[in-house]
Amino acid sequence: MYKTFAALAAATALTATAAFAQDLPKEVKARQGQFQIMAINLGILGGIAKGAIEYDAATAQAAADSLVGISMVNPAPLWVEGTDEMSIEGTRAKAEIWDNLDDVVAKWNAFGEAAKVMQAAAGEGPEAIGPALGTIGGTCKACHDAYRAPQS
Amino acid sequence: MLRRVLIALVLAALIGAGIGLWVTAPSRVDAARLAGLTGDTTRGQAVFTAAGCASCHHAPGSDDKLVLAGGQAFASDFGTFYAPNISPSQAGLQGWSQADFANAVLRGVSPSGKHYYPAFPYTAYARMTDQDLVDLWAYMQGLPADDTASQAHDVGFPFNIRRSVGGWKFLFFTTEGWVAEAPTPELERGRYLVEALAHCAECHTPRNALGALDTARWMAGAPNPSGRGTIPALTPDQLDWSAQDIAYYLETGFTPEFDSAGGHMVAVVDNFSKLPAGDRAAVAAYVKALSAP
Repeated sequence: MYKTFAALAAATALTATAAFAQDLPKEVKARQGQFQIMAINLGILGGIAKGAIEYDAATAQAAADSLVGISMVNPAPLWVEGTDEMSIEGTRAKAEIWDNLDDVVAKWNAFGEAAKVMQAAAGEGPEAIGPALGTIGGTCKACHDAYRAPQS
Repeated sequence: MLRRVLIALVLAALIGAGIGLWVTAPSRVDAARLAGLTGDTTRGQAVFTAAGCASCHHAPGSDDKLVLAGGQAFASDFGTFYAPNISPSQAGLQGWSQADFANAVLRGVSPSGKHYYPAFPYTAYARMTDQDLVDLWAYMQGLPADDTASQAHDVGFPFNIRRSVGGWKFLFFTTEGWVAEAPTPELERGRYLVEALAHCAECHTPRNALGALDTARWMAGAPNPSGRGTIPALTPDQLDWSAQDIAYYLETGFTPEFDSAGGHMVAVVDNFSKLPAGDRAAVAAYVKALSAP
């Protein structure tokens, strides 16, 4: 009897894990993809700033343009209520986001402004990228500090 | 016969209590140590930044991190600690002498002889140089005053008896010695920043049942004391970042994957970004020299 129960429990746990990877709401997948696009383009600019990637004006400009493009995606449809870390698995979005939407939007807009600074700087040469990247990083941290739960 | 046993028992109890009182009594810094040193506010500001004082002592939600009004809550297995007001006001450090400040920071003892809880990382600060301590004191006296009263900690029995902290100190508090070897000047600087000022181990090293750092698993990562999530390990079996990656992270908050720092680490990066590049490189060198647990 106990064995059956244990086997059942194990099976349920497995399905639950499998289910969560599949069932992440499309809005959550979309916003996580959005952050990954940001990270990839920041990685190109950061590689240049660190000296790990050789500077090429067109590549830097395309990365900066992509950041501006991402910043123009309307966040509202991606941040639906009930997709915080207390409600679902697979996200680190704190419930506080939905209590402070004005502040969250202000912080997202600050990223957009910083991305525009990068857009203007990216073609100027590798020296201009580091400081612009610092400004963008500041806007990332400002939001993560308040609205992103620690890694579990 | 019975009378003799009783007398022996009473004596043993008295001796026990005496040892207990002696063991748990606050120890102070020898005041003569600081005589002849003059504080410098510019250097003090760098010590203040490296030691991360403002990160915990600024008011929750406040954008002005130099007003050290206190009030941030720190959850732990032993209760919730509230950072006190340490601004130069009546509610804070007004009236303190340099010796009072030294005893607080280097020994965890208040001006009236009360033990501070080790949520205040004097266990790390104890290794601060005397000159840094004096510079820090000079700088902090010039910060803005704020009159917000400090909140009482919310700590259960037996930890709510301050004297018990004396026993904890007897068991776990050492004022000198280092965990890592530092064979080069850069590693020595890195060790001073990591083990003394920036008190990195407070979060990155796991604790034993009584809340003392488990130095055998130095920087091996730990559960978040808030009860949610974990604090990452910095040891080479877990962290494969290059020294340059680590220094860049401390400067910008960007990981090698260009994810960005979150939680309390945002405040730490904020501090490190204001320090000289050589200090970030020294910390990176220290981290790269750590051994796997």
